[in-house]
Amino acid sequence: MGQISLTQVTKSFGATEVIPPLDLEINDGEFVVFVGPSGCGKSTLLRLIAGLEDVSSGAIRIDGINATQLPPARRGLAMVFQSYALYPHMSVRKNIAFPLKMAGLPEDERNRKVEAAAKVLNLTPYLERKPGQLSGGQRQRVAIGRAIVREPKAFLFDEPLSNLDAALRVNMRLEISELHQSLKTTMVYVTHDQVEAMTMADKIVVLQAGRIEQVGSPLDLYRAPANQFVAGFIGSPRMNFLTGPDADALGAATIGVRPEHLSLSTTEGRWKGRVGVAEHLGSDTFLHVHIDTGHNMTVRLTGEAALKAGDTVYLSADPQRIHRFNANGLAIA
Amino acid sequence: MSTAHSRAAAKAMISPAVLLLLCWMIVPLSMTVYFSLLSYNLLMPGMEEWIGLTNYEFFLTDPAFFTALSNTLLLVGGVLLITVVGGILLALLLDQPFFGQGIVRILVIAPFFVMPTVSALVWKNMFMNPVNGLFAYLAKFLGLAPFDFLAHAPLLSIILIVAWGWLPFATLILLTALQSLNPEELEAAEMDGAGSLSRFFYIVLPHLARAVTVVVLIQTIFLLSVFAEILVTTNGGPGTASTNITYLVYAQSLLQFDVGGGSAGGIVAVVLANIVAFFLMRMIGKNLEA
Repeated sequence: MGQISLTQVTKSFGATEVIPPLDLEINDGEFVVFVGPSGCGKSTLLRLIAGLEDVSSGAIRIDGINATQLPPARRGLAMVFQSYALYPHMSVRKNIAFPLKMAGLPEDERNRKVEAAAKVLNLTPYLERKPGQLSGGQRQRVAIGRAIVREPKAFLFDEPLSNLDAALRVNMRLEISELHQSLKTTMVYVTHDQVEAMTMADKIVVLQAGRIEQVGSPLDLYRAPANQFVAGFIGSPRMNFLTGPDADALGAATIGVRPEHLSLSTTEGRWKGRVGVAEHLGSDTFLHVHIDTGHNMTVRLTGEAALKAGDTVYLSADPQRIHRFNANGLAIA
Repeated sequence: MSTAHSRAAAKAMISPAVLLLLCWMIVPLSMTVYFSLLSYNLLMPGMEEWIGLTNYEFFLTDPAFFTALSNTLLLVGGVLLITVVGGILLALLLDQPFFGQGIVRILVIAPFFVMPTVSALVWKNMFMNPVNGLFAYLAKFLGLAPFDFLAHAPLLSIILIVAWGWLPFATLILLTALQSLNPEELEAAEMDGAGSLSRFFYIVLPHLARAVTVVVLIQTIFLLSVFAEILVTTNGGPGTASTNITYLVYAQSLLQFDVGGGSAGGIVAVVLANIVAFFLMRMIGKNLEA
């Protein structure tokens, strides 16, 4: 079990309100990702759920039990920190066994559980090493190991991959997803990286300035962003936004088209422009086009495109794929 | 860019400083060794004669020597115990956020700036004095007989005075060490179900181990040679109850004018300090590695 519900939760530091009243339901077994720019309150929200910060008002229920006033240890949640927060003077074995030791388990049972966790995480050869002798990815796995031995109701991850290099990050992303598949435990994951959010989540919670902008599955958010912020945040490269006559013609203040929904021609099209920078990735080509209305648009072409800076191109958009936003940035259905 | 040539030049460049430092150390040491082998009394100048190891024999068989040796160890051990335990507790307290933190931290450090003679005199006359002292006043207020600290517990009194002076040093080093502890580590331990005592013993204390080592090593060096506090309070007495090795050497050479015996005592003190240093490094020096 691992069902978490937040009702009218707020958090203020002194006079600054970091989280305005917020409601959220996290279902059992779900992989929920909190995503948003830095300073949007996503880590604070996670720490409120963990119990490391006290809520200013509102209630947090875990499996239907009011946990608002419970100390962190009694909420039955396990957390993986951004800095991993391993205990540097303890071996990997002792690090992983620490929560079990605190729970008063006998030594042979502790060892059995630690070894089982180490086997799952490929840490068996490193059990007697100190954290200082491990690589970043291995430390990350130790931190996860320390979380899973407790058999928590839910895992909380606070930007766990931000200290790893790009290649390792992709690997760990897969490993965490696989862990979720096999454990089927609720996971709450905080990140500022929308790629992590899109690839891992069952449900994404987009936050800005402590407010929830939209909640939904990755593809819901991609297909039907509720507002301009979500539209710009989800998807890479970023959605192109146009204002002016193009938007007026469609009865909107702003229209948005994703780079992958633009088609390109060298002879005719909706918008005429000049290629600024062409980024050739092999599998894709990103063209940054300066169009004549003064806007810049990014186009994504699959495969290798033989275009270079300075070429004149014409862009067109699939009318079905144009997102319209009103003056307040809200999507027009 | 360390070629053989530049290395040779570097050696040549630093050799004057190294030679000067070597002389600085070797000359007084060898003179002390030389004096320790003479019968040399200031009351009979010009009568020095070679007597071999007799001075050492007298010094090491002197009953005062064993008292002084145990007093030295008690003094060092006692002060270390008080300053390390007290320092950790004070550092934990000062690490908490509270109003006026900056000023309180400076006040706590203040005793370190008071010179030993002054602090010992203040303690002797204003606190421990059985007639005028604050403690005597307190005892009388509670209806108890005033306790004459320096007469009845001279060594303990000196340990308290010295510990008072060194407590800020220990607190300061331990406080900075405490502040370098990653707060996420404590939060992780909290999530792992560790109560505040467990967090202290499993996370904070191991983190402080290295700082404690530094405090113990540095303080031991200075505490082996405590002198001023003894001179201005008890003069090593009553009898030899508060005489340490340093004070015994002083008494031998400057109160009994026996330079030869005092020198022998000085050499014995150097050897003892090295033995202590050796064991200290063996016991806790490994904390400083890595």
